Amino acid sequence: MKRTITVRINGQPFTRDVEVRTLLSDFIRHDARLTGTHVGCEHGACGACTIQVDGVPMRSCLLLAVQAEGREIRTVEALAEERPDGTLHPLQQAFHEKHGLQCGFCTPGFLMSLEPLYDADEIPTSDEGVREAIAGSLCRCTGYEQIVEAVQLAASRRAAERD
Amino acid sequence: MKPSRFAYHDPRTVPEALALLHELGDDAKVLAGGQSLMPMLNLRLARPEALIDINQIDALDEIALDEGTLRFGALIRHVMLERSPWTAQGWPIIPAALRHVAHPQIRNRGTVLGSVAHADPAAEMPVVLTALDARFEVRSVAGTREIVAADFFRSQMTTALEPTELLIACTVPALPPNTGCGFHEFARRHGDFALGGAAVVLTLAPDGTCADVRITLLGAGAVPVRAREAEAALRGHRLGDAAAEIARIAVGGIEPIAATVEEQRYRRRVVGVMCARSLESAQLAAEEAMQ
Repeated sequence: MKRTITVRINGQPFTRDVEVRTLLSDFIRHDARLTGTHVGCEHGACGACTIQVDGVPMRSCLLLAVQAEGREIRTVEALAEERPDGTLHPLQQAFHEKHGLQCGFCTPGFLMSLEPLYDADEIPTSDEGVREAIAGSLCRCTGYEQIVEAVQLAASRRAAERD
Repeated sequence: MKPSRFAYHDPRTVPEALALLHELGDDAKVLAGGQSLMPMLNLRLARPEALIDINQIDALDEIALDEGTLRFGALIRHVMLERSPWTAQGWPIIPAALRHVAHPQIRNRGTVLGSVAHADPAAEMPVVLTALDARFEVRSVAGTREIVAADFFRSQMTTALEPTELLIACTVPALPPNTGCGFHEFARRHGDFALGGAAVVLTLAPDGTCADVRITLLGAGAVPVRAREAEAALRGHRLGDAAAEIARIAVGGIEPIAATVEEQRYRRRVVGVMCARSLESAQLAAEEAMQ
């Protein structure tokens, strides 16, 4: 069964004729050619596919593309795309400085999950708080230490902005 | 992996959805949050011929507080109950348990009643709603019926829902005054399926003894287990330092799902410890409520 759908991703509409069983993660990667969103486990556990639906982080592998019609989908590409003069989003900058990524496969999921917390100035600062906040994303490279440090760095910079 | 082929329906109203269920019955699966169903489809553990996606049905996206009773519909996501000032005030055990459900990204999309209909033996919401004596409103083209939580869960992944029925809403009665709740679970990592847990709702009498208690165990078997013998042992008495003893009675006959005898013994022990902790938390909360 097929359906013609229009999915808005990072403000841009993508109209395609898709099989109804097409996962949103696959639509994003293959139909919209936005490969920043990664597919790790396809059953919701690893978090690499996390995107935002109307600003709320969700697993794109657990959504059907047809379910995304009428919603605003936001992927990791938006973070730098929306910034002037090629700078990185503060979260990306902090991950870069603290080596919060090695292969980078998990990173988009972390960033998409953390961005709303960053915007709301609600990133935890304690070690335990950060680890609980990022528990929804798995990383096989870093051992999480540098990711925690990156998040704490971003939080401190956000706090400095507030003052 | 990707899902196998299915026909896709996205009805806009409850009657449309019920008509589809009536027509398709066993061949169709209802898709709400999808946080349990989609993994099964992606792994091809489930191959329904049709999906009935209920996410467009506005009538199911309701939550209301009516004379102290909470009523919420099938599209209420876990995160909504987690953050609701109503649950924080009237049923704090709900947000306490929801913190343990998977991860925020899952809770943003998954629905509480989807978890109930899925009836995973390791799920928190079936246990909590059983402890709260919740009632489920179930509808088909034949009409509406209400099923109390105690009668709803039949076996693992099996509920009282007929293939042509839709779980529409849940009603949670108000807690009596001087009531405290406790919820504890143990999982190897935060967000993992629980190895064992317990939900306790405890009401104190004016003299400080236990007027009423409801103890529901998580991971004790195929369904949420009400520990009625333990409840009877506590009623009329002060909890004091008897939590471990009451918990021992609670887990006496339970048979947690396990691969080996040793694992079962371990899980029984975990459930017992969580039960004791939940009793103590509930007692403290009830004492605070009394002041």
